[in-house]
Amino acid sequence: MKVLMSGNEAIARGAYEAGVRFAAAYPGTPSTEILEEFSKYKGVYAEWSPNEKVAVEVAIGAALAGEKAMAVMKHVGVNVAADPIFTVSYTGTNGALVIVSADDPSLHSSQNEQDNRNYAKFAKIPMLEPSDAAEAKEYIKLAFEISEKFDTPVFFRTTTRMSHSKSVVTLKEPEKYIDKTGFTYDAEKYVMVPINARTRRVEVEKRQKALKAFVETFPENKMEINNSEVGIITAGMPYNYAKEVFPDYSYLKLGMVYPLPEKLIREFASKIKKIYVVEEMDPFLEEQIKAMGISVSGKDVFPYTNEFDPGIIKNAIEKNPQETVSPYKESLAPRPPNLCPGCPHRGLFYALRKHKVYVHGDIGCYTLSYMKPLEGLHSCICMGASIGMAHGMSKALKEKGKGKVVGVIGDSTFLHSGITSLLNMAYNNSDALIIILDNSTTAMTGMQEHPGTGYTLMGKEAKKVNLKDLISSLGIENIKVIDPIDQKATRSAIKEELAKAGPSVIIAQRPCALFKRAKIKSKPALKVDPDKCEGCKACLGLNCPPISWKKGVTKEGSKRKGISFIDETLCNGCGLCEQVCKFGAIS
Amino acid sequence: MSDNEVKSILFAGVGGQGILRASDIICEVIMEAGLDVKKSEVHGMAQRGGCVTSHVRYGKKVYSPLAEPGSIQTLVSFEKMEALRYLKFLRKDAAIVVNTEEIYPPAVNLGDASYPDDAIAFLKNNYGKVISFDAAQLAQKAGNIKTANVVLLGAVSNLMNIDQSIWQNVIKKSFPEKLIKMNLDAFQMGIDA
Repeated sequence: MKVLMSGNEAIARGAYEAGVRFAAAYPGTPSTEILEEFSKYKGVYAEWSPNEKVAVEVAIGAALAGEKAMAVMKHVGVNVAADPIFTVSYTGTNGALVIVSADDPSLHSSQNEQDNRNYAKFAKIPMLEPSDAAEAKEYIKLAFEISEKFDTPVFFRTTTRMSHSKSVVTLKEPEKYIDKTGFTYDAEKYVMVPINARTRRVEVEKRQKALKAFVETFPENKMEINNSEVGIITAGMPYNYAKEVFPDYSYLKLGMVYPLPEKLIREFASKIKKIYVVEEMDPFLEEQIKAMGISVSGKDVFPYTNEFDPGIIKNAIEKNPQETVSPYKESLAPRPPNLCPGCPHRGLFYALRKHKVYVHGDIGCYTLSYMKPLEGLHSCICMGASIGMAHGMSKALKEKGKGKVVGVIGDSTFLHSGITSLLNMAYNNSDALIIILDNSTTAMTGMQEHPGTGYTLMGKEAKKVNLKDLISSLGIENIKVIDPIDQKATRSAIKEELAKAGPSVIIAQRPCALFKRAKIKSKPALKVDPDKCEGCKACLGLNCPPISWKKGVTKEGSKRKGISFIDETLCNGCGLCEQVCKFGAIS
Repeated sequence: MSDNEVKSILFAGVGGQGILRASDIICEVIMEAGLDVKKSEVHGMAQRGGCVTSHVRYGKKVYSPLAEPGSIQTLVSFEKMEALRYLKFLRKDAAIVVNTEEIYPPAVNLGDASYPDDAIAFLKNNYGKVISFDAAQLAQKAGNIKTANVVLLGAVSNLMNIDQSIWQNVIKKSFPEKLIKMNLDAFQMGIDA
């Protein structure tokens, strides 16, 4: 049967067809849908782990029990999981282990643009990369086959464009699942103390050699000789862009991007006069091919940054200096993403900015509050970083920093990688204030469960961590719980906790406005009373989507130049603007 | 169509308008009509009221899910101003279907920027075929403002050479039983618009 599938749906389907029944992940754009889709298949075990390192360790454990296991994450998640990944490369996997890395060229939804193909070379782990959904479904099967055959973890790389593009896929009957699980005792192979690890280190090089021989005949490294003048070596999504604009060139399309088929590349090079290596981000293939002594063109013409499209490849090769431009020359107001109507974060940041503090941010919807007019945070590096950074800044500033340094972090992010840094704050007696923005879900990636929600990925009820008890057990004595829409309570809690010596935590608790299960009882949409509105624009400082300002609506006896409006179809009635209006015009 | 001419449609609008759903439906229709199809979209940050676009490409064999700038034959804009944002992707003879609904971006709400008042006139002066109407209003008539995306699909179907019965079958498959009639009505309103 033919169906239309995204790359992510196809990866989930392919794993299922390959008899994979075990997967763990932490959500992250553009990888999230892989586990969501996988979890819907019959007979599978799929979990959201608290972070990517845990997900990989869970998958390693399952593989050591003989399962075919998959761990899924976005590119920066591999950084979190790098520790176990580098050493499971030594031990091998017993069953099978595939690690899916979803990279994000152009940083559509990420804090950096790292090229995770480098991890394959660094950790000496083979890596496959498909170019569309149909390939994704078949390649994930090959990844498991390679893992089993060579007793190695295998990386499966996708990119945002690959994960979120849809194309036609032919469904196949899934392989029958055979339970091969059991105990395998082999301490010399799985206990990585120096004496054993040294032996395994040698085994890794033997495996590398075997893989290098294997890739020469790997059928998904495909040569298409169409002419002897110009050829392109490429992999993944850029293959499609190049084929689109240069259908008559010759191609060497690599299904496996590490290790490289040296003989095949030499053969291709011997047939073609001029070769371009077309790859987004790092010159990963190019440098290895040049190290073989083969002359190719790559980053001398193609950009290092951002994802490609057919036009970029065409312009680079044809040396077109002119980009296609829009005939419309006026500038258009941008549409940056914004916090939703009724978002609890808006209340917290509106209250927080009154205190003139330095705010370390973290990864989540709330990062959007850095923009005007809220300007709610002043740094953001990676998941979990806000707490450690707030502590470090507070220590460095000594007296100057007292009552002035804050870290904010979401509930899912806190459980991902904030707990140890909060433990550190208690242990090393920090003066910073940490605010946990607890909206009861993983909102940014689309409402995924986590250990604080009370449910698992498979929809089962689960132990729900009590944040207050957890924080208290770390040694934090000052803890307050508030509703961030309640401005009076939020402001006074912030004021009190900033004044205290030692670490403090405020849990700003209110479910995400889009979170259906929370069934938040909101009031009906609010209205602006045009007789009372003085046009002061204070409510516009909230940057709430339904609130707008219309020029020219004047009032007798008032200096106002216009008034505020609330779009009733968008307002969710949270009541924040009502508290902000000094004239009682909103109700 | 030449041997492998690939056609492109660009869907553009604002997060929450049902753009991705509409592009999914059109892909199903194209697939049912026996052609190869690929589409590309970016979600994530875009869901929070930001710009949303989706490229749909179809033909005998499609490689790239993204179209080259200057190559797209059809633009379907779910919002008036958004129609102006992606013109560099269009061919000079492109057809444009545009919902005249206005959704103000934050800078316009704050009074820091103005909303263009010449959008439709500009499009009509520069492109061959411009079909503009208030899809939200028609959707209300069909029974729910959320069917505006299907109204727009009706208008797009006039520009494509695919049998109406295929469109109707796919629409029937795409919605729960109780919403089918409303969406078929919305689709017809788009055809007549």
